[in-house]
Amino acid sequence: MKANSLIQAARGGLLNRRAFLLSGLSLSSAISLPALAGGKVGMDKLADNLPDWMKMPGGSDIEYGLPTKYEQHIKRELAPSTPETSLFSIWHSPIQNQRGVITPSGLHFSVNHNGLPDIDPSKHQLIIHGLVDKPLKFDMESLLRYPIVSNIHFLECAGNTAPNAVSLTALDQNAQELFGQISGSEWSGIPLKYLLMEAGVKPSAKWVIAEGADGGSHSRSIPLDKLLDDAIIALYQNGERIRPSQGYPMRLFVPGWEGNANVKWLHRLEVTDKPAFTKDESGLYSDILADGRIERFSFHMDVKSVITHPSGQQVLPEKKGFYEISGLAWSGYGKIKQVEVSADAGKTWAKAHIAHPVLSKSLTRFTIPWQWNGSSTTLLSRATDEHGRVQPTRNAWRDKYASYSFNHYNAVQAWHISNDGRVENTYV
Amino acid sequence: MYRFPAQILIVLCFAVLNLFGVEIYAGDVVKKVTTDKITMEMGIFNFGELISKDEIAPYDITIFPNGENLPVGRGSVKQGQQLYAAQCAMCHGESGIEGPAARLAGSDGWFEFNDPLRILRIDKYPILLISVGGLWPYATSIFDYIRRAMPHYAPKSLTNNESYALTAHILYLNDIIDDETVLDKSSLLMVSMPAKERSFIAP
Repeated sequence: MKANSLIQAARGGLLNRRAFLLSGLSLSSAISLPALAGGKVGMDKLADNLPDWMKMPGGSDIEYGLPTKYEQHIKRELAPSTPETSLFSIWHSPIQNQRGVITPSGLHFSVNHNGLPDIDPSKHQLIIHGLVDKPLKFDMESLLRYPIVSNIHFLECAGNTAPNAVSLTALDQNAQELFGQISGSEWSGIPLKYLLMEAGVKPSAKWVIAEGADGGSHSRSIPLDKLLDDAIIALYQNGERIRPSQGYPMRLFVPGWEGNANVKWLHRLEVTDKPAFTKDESGLYSDILADGRIERFSFHMDVKSVITHPSGQQVLPEKKGFYEISGLAWSGYGKIKQVEVSADAGKTWAKAHIAHPVLSKSLTRFTIPWQWNGSSTTLLSRATDEHGRVQPTRNAWRDKYASYSFNHYNAVQAWHISNDGRVENTYV
Repeated sequence: MYRFPAQILIVLCFAVLNLFGVEIYAGDVVKKVTTDKITMEMGIFNFGELISKDEIAPYDITIFPNGENLPVGRGSVKQGQQLYAAQCAMCHGESGIEGPAARLAGSDGWFEFNDPLRILRIDKYPILLISVGGLWPYATSIFDYIRRAMPHYAPKSLTNNESYALTAHILYLNDIIDDETVLDKSSLLMVSMPAKERSFIAP
């Protein structure tokens, strides 16, 4: 089409936003309304030509709303090789079925190293002790009296997208399997600095050991500076008290840092001058570099993006059809500045539209109109954050780490589109 | 002529604003007061309650690499072997490398000479790519984790002596100590883990 060739943003059919608006216009003008049956208003009962749900009173609502039965297939999925309960279970969020930047609380990803504890909030306390002037305990009642701040942030497991980090061939997996350990929520809670200042942190303090009240007493050593900066004791997620799989009655929330450090079921903060090298910071959440050295306490989740629409294992319904590419970008260092998309395997790139507001350490939605020319191609997305951090290529990422190191993988993701419209995970 | 009432009005305005916590009139400066400032500078949210050492003690379980907080107790490799066979081997495998639970012995990575089946195991249980013996920089962490979290089906059920014994057995599986070794709070600190040399803290 002539109009499209004039407003091409990059090769492979990527269009600028104006094209999308134009296309929308032409689409709406093309839609023909069904002819009114007979056109004889007043002759027939309205009910004769309408669906059942328009001809009867509706059902009753319920106290706590649930998704419709027609959407019940949209669920979290358990990562293979992890058991449903106990041991080490990893639940992936269906990001390919979501829009916007807020993950419904029930679909938020969850990694549980020791199952979900059933904590009675009336018997739960938060303790702050160690290098403080006044060791303190807080029950739920007293915690709920503190000022509450709310911020929208992403949370990502350090191991998100691990298969692409270590698998020699690109596994045919969908976005949920490959990227499902990312979610976004509004988290509300008490700035931790309030509580630490109240306890009076001693000058020699440098670290805080945060511990959960779960069976395994999950614990992580967190630098004090982060806790005095933007960390909160999260009590609410998306407006309601946080759910058991997110740490009810409270979790530590350290914006932009790997999920494992956001200690769930938090009950103890031990202020110290050194890290403890707990189980997870000794092994699983370390990064092994290509030269064999082991990087400890690499907390930040680096800049990353993924196209969710279309994504792995989906099938484009129409050859040469018009599509809006949509995806998520985020950075544990700050705001997303731009996302570039390529529809020709990285030869040419176009800037995607970024949906506002763009928030720090938060999921950011990007979109770009795309006219698929019907032949096989590869879609890529590449995010840059406000500090100029850019996603590396997969090869550049792998050059840095040992071949079996799988945490903090943030390389550019590639989705291959076959002639028949099938979308598949690939490496470029 | 009467300017006095106007001044009173201004003062009243500030008083009202002050009541709502919006602004405080301080000399000739109108200062915006946030909750943050009130909390940090004036410390008016003292809702925490003092907790005694005795109350903290049952929860104070973190063991540090310098041995801080290690409890009294002792356990041998041989005692550890028996405990391991009875309470650990069903998840970690007879020699600590079979899984499905975390790999306890040998190098990290894809292969090692004494386990030709490693790649098959990793295909089944990817988490076996990492190894306690290969990656953990301090033996104190092994004691800490066993005592707080193991065995998985009954965490915190082991005595301090048993936790020392199991730590000893895992170190023995890694050829880090010999089978005659008995560990306690001072000998555990003598153990040197190979991963320590390889470790550095992220910039």
